[in-house]
Amino acid sequence: MSRMKMEQTFESLGNEGKKAFIAYIMAGDGGLSNLKHQMLSLEAAGASVIELGIPFSDPVADGPVIQAAGRRALAEGVTLRGILAELARIKDEISIPVVLMTYANPVLRLGAAPFAELASKAGVSGVIMPDVPLEEAEEFSGPLTAYDIAMIRFITLSSSKARIREVMEGAEGFIYAVTVRGTTGARDGFDESLYDHLESISKMSDVPVCAGFGISTHDQAEEVGSHCDGVIVGSRIVELMQENDIDGIKALIPESTDVAINASN
Amino acid sequence: MEQTYKQPNESGHYGDFGGRYVPETLMGAIKELEAEYKEAQHDEVFQQQLDHYLKDYVGRESPLYFAEELTAKAGGAKIYLKREDLNHTGAHKINNTIGQALLTRKMGKKKVVAETGAGQHGVATATVCALLKLECVIFMGKEDVKRQELNVFRMELLGAKVVSVDQGRGTLKDAVNEALRYWVANVEDTHYILGSVMGPHPFPQIVRDFQSVIGRETKEQILDKEGRLPDAVVACIGGGSNAMGMFHPFIDDKDVRLVGVEASGHGIESGQHAASLNEGHIGILHGSKMHLLQDEAGQVQEAYSISAGLDYPGIGPEHSYLKDIGRAEYAHVTDEEALEAFRSLSYTEGIIPALESAHAVFHAEKMAAEMSPDDILVICLSGRGDKDVAQIKAREEGREL
Repeated sequence: MSRMKMEQTFESLGNEGKKAFIAYIMAGDGGLSNLKHQMLSLEAAGASVIELGIPFSDPVADGPVIQAAGRRALAEGVTLRGILAELARIKDEISIPVVLMTYANPVLRLGAAPFAELASKAGVSGVIMPDVPLEEAEEFSGPLTAYDIAMIRFITLSSSKARIREVMEGAEGFIYAVTVRGTTGARDGFDESLYDHLESISKMSDVPVCAGFGISTHDQAEEVGSHCDGVIVGSRIVELMQENDIDGIKALIPESTDVAINASN
Repeated sequence: MEQTYKQPNESGHYGDFGGRYVPETLMGAIKELEAEYKEAQHDEVFQQQLDHYLKDYVGRESPLYFAEELTAKAGGAKIYLKREDLNHTGAHKINNTIGQALLTRKMGKKKVVAETGAGQHGVATATVCALLKLECVIFMGKEDVKRQELNVFRMELLGAKVVSVDQGRGTLKDAVNEALRYWVANVEDTHYILGSVMGPHPFPQIVRDFQSVIGRETKEQILDKEGRLPDAVVACIGGGSNAMGMFHPFIDDKDVRLVGVEASGHGIESGQHAASLNEGHIGILHGSKMHLLQDEAGQVQEAYSISAGLDYPGIGPEHSYLKDIGRAEYAHVTDEEALEAFRSLSYTEGIIPALESAHAVFHAEKMAAEMSPDDILVICLSGRGDKDVAQIKAREEGREL
């Protein structure tokens, strides 16, 4: 059921010719008691999916903004188990799909199977693990599949054609297309080859392709989104959320992606 | 004799450990590295170059020295020292950096990134980059930059750029995080010279193989001197590269005890230590599954040891495997005990050991005392202690560096 919720969202976006806007926040940044307010704010601002980051002591895929958010969350004493419990409590009030973005170690410590069960109870649609490539995925994707949760896969600018085909074979939920060589965080612009890259993988893919890393403005979101099925914005939203600037978040979201309000009405 | 021990498997796993837990951006590079390394193993020109530099530049082979005075002091087994401290740059680290720098050149890459804790691996990397004209960036934790000022100067003298890392506690773990981030962003033209038997496959294997020259030489030398294999080999463990280099050629020789010595810092019960194999839980960090110091929620804990080279919360995955199958045993030694051995080896044998190696010396003396005079024990003396004397002097004077 959980994975279907996300598939339905993408389907209704597609039917209206719209793009997905996936908003990332760090769970527990500002305290776990704020999570519900933050998630409802993202929904009201027009996000189509929420990507919820799980704080980790050594986030090697993340740039300075998300690293700092993770440190703040850890300082609040937030744990993966605590986040899943809070999500389970508030899930019925959130209409849009939720995916978790977590490094492998907190999941391994909890246990891959107990994690999948708790994530299912928390209504999670998908899981993104930036340090788990295809080669090591089975241990985690096995239990997640049993609970009907999608394990989201990555394609990057350095992925070869053969690799792209390998990743697409059996992809679930959506493909996370990394737009830069490097970590998360704002960029002034993108490689010229990016748009061709996005269009060619979108053409090859059976599931939607969403682009993320380095997208931090309304115009970038609109531009990048026009070459695939959606965009993921992280660091900029984390900054705005810290300032509780919901209008600022709203202003980031292009018209072309804004269906959530209609969908939830 | 055909080796029966064959690890890792095709996918880079050592039993339940190892693997390739890296961002997708790096998968291409580590698969390329794996292919290039396989080729290099059978490439005569590459092997000749490696042998040439190991012999004439590093100064191999390193002596296997019968430590008569230490043997008398311990009052048991005959103790030999494998003198890796006599290598160029003063430690075993260069066995690996010279090999990986040659690989970098073979892959057509012109730039190198590396992490360093105390600065030994950083200096060994900067050294070979100067030699082979590779551009070199070294990430080093802010605290370590302060504690090892002279090594920072050495690296800069050798032409490397040293970047101080202001994340976390500013030690080795944070330097590895930052080096990995840098590698993700620059992977097209940059090779990451990892300094220990850690990280994603094929790094643990590559570093082990380049370090195995330690164990291979030891085997030949002891057969030459004693006509038989030792009863035990002992080495200190941070990430575990000198130990793995010593152990690997002996794994099939079941009568040779393989003993790794971890740093227990202020003592296991204090919680301030670096004893990942003794106290860690199975975890995933920096590309590999291994024993890892972490809390109940899977957050990685800071390791502590007086010796910056052992101050790492993880451990090479092959050590996790050797422990799991019971082929190697892993002891631990505190700061105070290591300091005692640091002094005693200095005045007994006239050899000032690295603080890291002093951990192995302390435990080996204890073992030797319980063994018979007919027994033979080899200590891997992984590095010399010159780098540590300022820190120890300051400690004695009641200043902390």
